Amino acid sequence: MNLLDAVLFLPLAGFLIVLLLPREREEALRRLALGFAAATFLLSLGLATGYRAGGQFAFVTDLPWIRSPQIRYHVGLDGLSLWLVLLTTLLTPIGILVSWRYISKRVKEFYALFLLLEFGLIGVFVALDLILFYVFWEVSLVPMYFLIGVWGHERRIYAAVKFFLFTMAGSVLMLAAIIYLDTYAGTFDYVELLRLQAAGNLAFRRTEGLLLFLGFFLAFAIKVPLFPLHTWLPDAHVEAPTAGSVMLASVMLKMGCYGLLRFCLPLFPQASRDCAPWIVALAIAGIIYGALVALVQPNMKKLVAYTSVSHLGFVVLGIFTFSPLGADGAVYQMINHGISTGALFILVGYLYERKHSLEIADYGGVATPAPNLATVFMITALASAGLPTLNNFVGEYLVLQGAAQVDFRWAVLAATGVILAAAYMLWLYQRVFFGPAPEAVRTHVYDLTRREWTAMLPLVALMVWLGVGSETFLPAIRQTNAWILERSRATTEIRVELRMPLQEVRP
Amino acid sequence: MTSFIPSGVELLRLLPEILLVLAGTVVLVLEGVTGARRGRELGYLTLATLLAALAAAIAAYRQPGPAFSGLIASDGFAAFFRVVVIAAAILVTLFSGPYLRREGAERGEYYALLLYSAAGQCLMASAAELIVLFIALEISSIASYVLAGYLRADRRANEAAVKYFLLGSFASAFLLYGIALLYGAAGSTWLAEIRAVLRTPAAASDSLVGTAAALIFVGFAFKVSAAPFQIWAPDVYQGAPAPVAAFLSAGPKAAAFAGLLRVFMSGLEPVTANWEGIVWVSALATMVIGNFAALLQSNIKRLLAYSSIAHAGYVMVAVAAHSSVGTAAAMFYLAAYVFMNVGAFAVVSYFARQGERYVQVEDLTGLAWRQPTVAALLSVFLLSLIGVPLTGGFFGKFYVFKAALEAGLVWLTVLGLLNSAVAAYYYLRILVVMYMREPAEATAELRAPTGPVKAALWASAFGTLFLGIFPSAVLEFATNAAALKP
Repeated sequence: MNLLDAVLFLPLAGFLIVLLLPREREEALRRLALGFAAATFLLSLGLATGYRAGGQFAFVTDLPWIRSPQIRYHVGLDGLSLWLVLLTTLLTPIGILVSWRYISKRVKEFYALFLLLEFGLIGVFVALDLILFYVFWEVSLVPMYFLIGVWGHERRIYAAVKFFLFTMAGSVLMLAAIIYLDTYAGTFDYVELLRLQAAGNLAFRRTEGLLLFLGFFLAFAIKVPLFPLHTWLPDAHVEAPTAGSVMLASVMLKMGCYGLLRFCLPLFPQASRDCAPWIVALAIAGIIYGALVALVQPNMKKLVAYTSVSHLGFVVLGIFTFSPLGADGAVYQMINHGISTGALFILVGYLYERKHSLEIADYGGVATPAPNLATVFMITALASAGLPTLNNFVGEYLVLQGAAQVDFRWAVLAATGVILAAAYMLWLYQRVFFGPAPEAVRTHVYDLTRREWTAMLPLVALMVWLGVGSETFLPAIRQTNAWILERSRATTEIRVELRMPLQEVRP
Repeated sequence: MTSFIPSGVELLRLLPEILLVLAGTVVLVLEGVTGARRGRELGYLTLATLLAALAAAIAAYRQPGPAFSGLIASDGFAAFFRVVVIAAAILVTLFSGPYLRREGAERGEYYALLLYSAAGQCLMASAAELIVLFIALEISSIASYVLAGYLRADRRANEAAVKYFLLGSFASAFLLYGIALLYGAAGSTWLAEIRAVLRTPAAASDSLVGTAAALIFVGFAFKVSAAPFQIWAPDVYQGAPAPVAAFLSAGPKAAAFAGLLRVFMSGLEPVTANWEGIVWVSALATMVIGNFAALLQSNIKRLLAYSSIAHAGYVMVAVAAHSSVGTAAAMFYLAAYVFMNVGAFAVVSYFARQGERYVQVEDLTGLAWRQPTVAALLSVFLLSLIGVPLTGGFFGKFYVFKAALEAGLVWLTVLGLLNSAVAAYYYLRILVVMYMREPAEATAELRAPTGPVKAALWASAFGTLFLGIFPSAVLEFATNAAALKP
């Protein structure tokens, strides 16, 4: 039992304890959930300070879970998962804070499921056994389904079911690929698979490797979501309650990106490279398409949802450049997107709590009654648009440079996404915060409360920190990406080996 | 010359069946002697007997071996299925009492029939000879036919019973015909001897063998509701009283799979090539028909009926793998299936209320507001039926499809897994109405479940989650028991 196990299981303990409490004591339930989430976050800080770049995985626990077939409780942390775990543990207490007043029905279930969601999400990022990974992957799906379906807006049921079915359709194929991999290699263990591969004992025929790659890739691409598999995303984001949108956008979408880097590239290098041109094309299409659709959205939440399609296109583009800069930028952008889009959803949620509308047309002049809200929104919008000294700039720059090294046209096309981002963000800001304030805005909109400040402050601080202090975060990422990319250069075309020992005759 | 007087250990190897039949008879006689007002006590007696039979099944396992001149094989395989069908009967008994009292129909004959049926199912799991297997199947089936029509005044129950009886008799006839042909080809009805004979190439190539295998498959396919012999299931499950539907979907199905596996994996194992194609097609058709038809159902009993057809399809995938890994996977799947499916039916039976007025999916609207615990437990069963990890249903599917892939059935695996994604939709519908729609203002009163119903629900949920979190022990037992080579 090390620190990582504690970070993983503390939310589960919280889930069970919240379940046991009587449902009438709502205030106690909130405090308890916040307590567990905050404690998890504080513990997880120890992961960041204790993490030493060096061996492949840190904080490893490897215990047998199921004996036959051998499935292990094998968890560990590297530079890729470290910041994603921290992102999860940071956003969970913030999600609880922003739900404090917003969630008024079925409070007990909400906070229980929220903690279960945190358990599943952390698990996804630390699991080093493929079945364990799949278990967490699905475990995180169920609470999110309920979060959208029970506490969402009008079309919540449609959105929740669509979200569940899309993810399920992808993940069953991943399960098939995982099982096939085991019948082939005899293990579900990720580290063991890598070892076998390095020793040349895990080589696929080209089509076989391609199909296995696609089994994983489809599950991840739906989750990212890669254009044109993104259609569940606007529905789910718009209908989810604020905290649900935050977790969905900030963390759950990263599950797909994480999976691409963790599994697709190292395990199926040949297929990854074979498919890369197609994937890059889809990523760039997503960048431009997402941005254009965001530009014309009359609904704020939908606008932010489509910016995710655009931003995550950058991540996928960065990954499939196979260049260190691109991959580092992709991981950095995963964190950035988690911070700034999460913040945008929270701010839109704040506006909704005040005026009960998500339509941009219903707003205007919000800066007058709520100057602090306007300032925070401005910083976040600029961060999201990629202003230098704020977080997104660093990630986008690295991705674009990585892409330019491979093919300059990719960088040019992707860069239009950055330009469009400035357009839709500033235009949104102008329409909502400037101009004359209608009567309804003046009476309903008030400035940030203390609790709302508390939720936003860490995010704004991180936007600046990630923007100017990238060297805090990049070394771990760089080191992990280095070996992932090294793996991805390996060739796995079938090798014909002479199994017969050469010196069979003993002297 | 072997003695025909059974020895003590041989009786022990048949003890579960003996106990169940004796108790069934005692219940019938007691009712006649004491009058019809003793339903509740007879229910307790039934429960006690079933628990004793469970213990007997475990005791019998500790002394494995043949009994009654090899007619009975009391091995690990038999023990596994005995425990599964007795567990199903225990769960059903627990929530039958409240249901029957509500309908004013709690009489001893119900419990007696349940015990006889369970006895037949136990015998099916342990039969090593085809005539015994057939008799066991008939004991189980005839009791089930009567149970389906137990509520005599209910027209739907009558329809269910008649349909079940007529189609079931046909299936039995097919099975018997198959047994006769196999006897003609192999000259024996003992599975061990059939296997030995079929190992010779001359006997194996006999066209009679293929026909016999097909006919026997038809007989079992009907009992497990595998396509294309699944037509009866939705009508029967819908018409039969809810606890009986729960029982029919669990015990007889598991026992029929036990018989199917024993016949095809031991007796007919040498002629695998003759039957694997049939099973492949049937498995796929069963999954597709079950899942796609379930999408369209609005009656929850019918929905669960189609879902149980689909689950028979998943188990059939494991049969199609024709390996001992596949057999173990099928066993594990059925164990998980019994818990999750009986659990779901227990909720239906609790919720239906008098005269089964509330059996539409829509009726469950807002259940999470009215009975949060029941809703949460039903969610566990449904998530398990979907195959979400940390429930038995997930590892069931996992082992089944792993066995299929190891046997090289790549397409069947991919299609089966895609099927399970389709299936998620209709289970989600139930979750949706329970959690995401608030109850209407004027909904009929819904009392909290009584003690026995609660016990059945919690026990099913415990079983479902246990198999999903700690599947090792059960799977290892199944793996050791699955080598059916006599």
